[in-house]
Amino acid sequence: MSNFTPLSALAGGALIGLAAAIYILGLGRVAGVSGILGSLLRPRSGDAPAQFAFVAGLIAAPLLMGAAGAPLPAISVDASLPAVIVGGVLVGYGTRLGGGCTSGHGVCGIARFSTRSLAATALFMAAGAAVVFVARHVIGG
Amino acid sequence: MPVVLALVTGLVFGAGLTVSQMVDPAKVLAFLDIAGIARGTWDPSLAFVMGGALAVTAPAYYVAQRRGQAALGPLFIPPRRRLDKRLAVGAVMFGIGWGLVGFCPGPAVSALGFGATKAIVFFAAMLGGMAVYEAIAAPRGPGLTAADISA
Repeated sequence: MSNFTPLSALAGGALIGLAAAIYILGLGRVAGVSGILGSLLRPRSGDAPAQFAFVAGLIAAPLLMGAAGAPLPAISVDASLPAVIVGGVLVGYGTRLGGGCTSGHGVCGIARFSTRSLAATALFMAAGAAVVFVARHVIGG
Repeated sequence: MPVVLALVTGLVFGAGLTVSQMVDPAKVLAFLDIAGIARGTWDPSLAFVMGGALAVTAPAYYVAQRRGQAALGPLFIPPRRRLDKRLAVGAVMFGIGWGLVGFCPGPAVSALGFGATKAIVFFAAMLGGMAVYEAIAAPRGPGLTAADISA
């Protein structure tokens, strides 16, 4: 467990939880990133200004932290370019078909004890772990 | 006011993804690599991120549902529905893509400002996948909005 960072994980997680709490208590909305991105692709969404603002905040946060002198993690994408493209399409299509992603199902859904979200989280984690296992230890091993 | 609150929410969310290093796909894949449990290289950080988030979000949802409305308007909590094939197929497709690269939607957005080409390509492909869904698979009919079918 050489790279295990429990304290920053808990602190960062609490911030993500705080954001989801602000969204539901203030705006009455589920803070699911795939749902927000997906509805921005729909014409005539009445919530578009708020949803754009949320996405802008997501992008700006690490930039502002970096400008303020906070250490930023490196972004290491080891997957090949074709894998990045296929992975992106699967994540985009799959999260919309499944009705949520790590934030919508994994955090907000489980927070309200939704069995659908618990099942979705178990499935995407199992599928992700299976792909990593095959890629690293069957093909790459 | 909703726009300001949404901006603050995005900033706090993005700060959380950055502090927890979930913006780094290598960190996420180190969690998904369960063979590391036996090898001593497993990184359980992602589980701690979810635990930290749930500790704050679960009480907030309890309060919101008890009050029955939000500060700035009605609550839009998706109706409880049964597990169905769409949910299962979608979650598995998402998991495969997540395992291939290590990005899920939130980190894919927050990583955009870091300037990594592959992160930008991933984001574009993800939006493409969402657009294909809207074109061929989104439920149609009156009254169903994106909010209804999100988790």
